[in-house]
Amino acid sequence: MDFELSPEQKLILETVRRFVREEIVPLETDLDPDASELPPRHRERLVAMTKELGFYGLDIPEEYGGPGIDLTTRTLMAFEMAQHRAGLYAPCYGVFGGAGLAQLYEADDGQKERYLYPVLRGEKRGFFALTEPSGGSDPARAIRTTAVRDGDDWILDGEKTFISGADKADFGIVFARTDPELGRKGITCFLVDTDMPGFRVRRIVHTLRSTHYAAELEFNRVRVPGRNVLGEVNQGFAIANDRLSRNRIPYAAGCVGVALKAQEMAIAYAKTRKTFGDYLSTRQAVQWMIVDNEIDLRTARALTLEAAARADAGKPFRTEAAICKLVASEGAGRVVDRAMQIHGGYGMTKDLPLERWYRELRIRRVGEGPNEIQRLIVARDVIGGSFH
Amino acid sequence: MTGVRLAKAWLDLDEAAIAALPGQLGVYEIGDARGGTLELGFAGGRSRFGLRSAIAEAAAKHEAARRFRYEVTMQYWSRFEELLAVYLADHGELPPGNADRGEQRVGRLGVGPSCATGD
Ligand SMILES: Cc1cc2nc3c(=O)[nH]c(=O)nc-3n(C[C@H](O)[C@H](O)[C@H](O)COP(=O)(O)OP(=O)(O)OC[C@H]3O[C@@H](n4cnc5c(N)ncnc54)[C@H](O)[C@@H]3O)c2cc1C
Repeated sequence: MDFELSPEQKLILETVRRFVREEIVPLETDLDPDASELPPRHRERLVAMTKELGFYGLDIPEEYGGPGIDLTTRTLMAFEMAQHRAGLYAPCYGVFGGAGLAQLYEADDGQKERYLYPVLRGEKRGFFALTEPSGGSDPARAIRTTAVRDGDDWILDGEKTFISGADKADFGIVFARTDPELGRKGITCFLVDTDMPGFRVRRIVHTLRSTHYAAELEFNRVRVPGRNVLGEVNQGFAIANDRLSRNRIPYAAGCVGVALKAQEMAIAYAKTRKTFGDYLSTRQAVQWMIVDNEIDLRTARALTLEAAARADAGKPFRTEAAICKLVASEGAGRVVDRAMQIHGGYGMTKDLPLERWYRELRIRRVGEGPNEIQRLIVARDVIGGSFH
Repeated sequence: MTGVRLAKAWLDLDEAAIAALPGQLGVYEIGDARGGTLELGFAGGRSRFGLRSAIAEAAAKHEAARRFRYEVTMQYWSRFEELLAVYLADHGELPPGNADRGEQRVGRLGVGPSCATGD
């Protein structure tokens, strides 16, 4: 596959690269190493800049006012946008704007008015609640949260865990079992407002990642009106699956981005640090680490771009999305690990971004569908058969 | 699973107590003599001597500061966010030392007095 950049893509990438290096990286000198937000005055200034550049709301479809950037170019941009300390989970601290939860584009007109448009205007925030204490890899079987019809409403009871951003959200997309007999065909998706009586954020779940930290939720007889069913009753799982597949491509791109930066840092350090009278870069053991990094990086980059190109061409891309997610998350983890080793003691410190990337990349092998599940998807697609 | 509150013993704020603090990262609460909270904070990756310097600097900002408590944690960022949210749920406002952050930027936890379970 040929990934020669078009002149337009080159210009876009140079602009984004300059933006990250000149506007984002310098701000990080004063921020806490685990920070996930910019002070409001910087945020406002940088949002104005991305709007001026025509890049604001990158992921918003063109018909909803987004800039209409294809997934391949978006992936190339994501490689650049992740190249700073917070870049894995908060690329450019969100100053390129968000598109909201993908499922909201499947909503009916009334739901779009109440949820999608306020999200696009930056007035509301949502969360995505699929995982429960009983499991996240196999939600079709694991979901215990129930929704029982009561007149025109539904009554939700249950728990969710590991739900990112829920404590600061105005509403959530919540998956609940509406027909216990139907297995994966008995799950429905609901729009739940966080001020509905019976909804509660119980605690924050502290993990290796402090950006967009996760929370534990409780639904205690939450009455949800029928007009808040997203999509069809008992068809909720199809909605979840669509989002998960597409999201894997930018998810992989973020991993590649931080790995590119880690490799750049490793090479620069190896060329300046001397031991036993010569530079680290002259030692074969170090050279091989850098070579192994390069192999991991190029593999992940190519596979991620391949998945994006297939999606852009309207071809099936589920297998490619699964492969790039697992190759990029595992490869980037190894790249950052080797870069830390080359940096010695400094690699372990919070003075450098490597330790944050190391922690956050570990989560990437579990989030957005654990890598074992990606392997199951690929196995199903290449071998055939059902999903056990 | 730990509780969401900072369930640590209060310590009197004096030089000896500060000097005895660990240089580790974590979260803290500065209190006045009447049992009120003046500020919640964290000793993050940029603090020179971890909790020791962060608590000393925070206490120096408040004339009424008389006591403090702390928790060592590497997850200081999300733990700090949690403590702010718990305080907001309990008191309906932020401590004076955190007021400039703005309540709209703090999460909502269902742990306040109106909730059945309060931990
Ligand atoms: C920081 C963070 C944020 C998150 N944010 C969200 C969110 O916003 N919304 C949301 O819904 N979820 C979220 N999650 C949850 C995440 O999606 C789940 O943790 C993930 O899906 C795995 O589910 P589980 O933890 O229950 O593991 P389990 O499903 O119990 O699986 C345990 C392990 O077994 C492996 N495994 C499972 N089945 C097989 C098999 N057949 N063969 C081989 N191995 C197998 C899994 O890959 C996994 O490694 C988040 C998680 C974290 C850590």
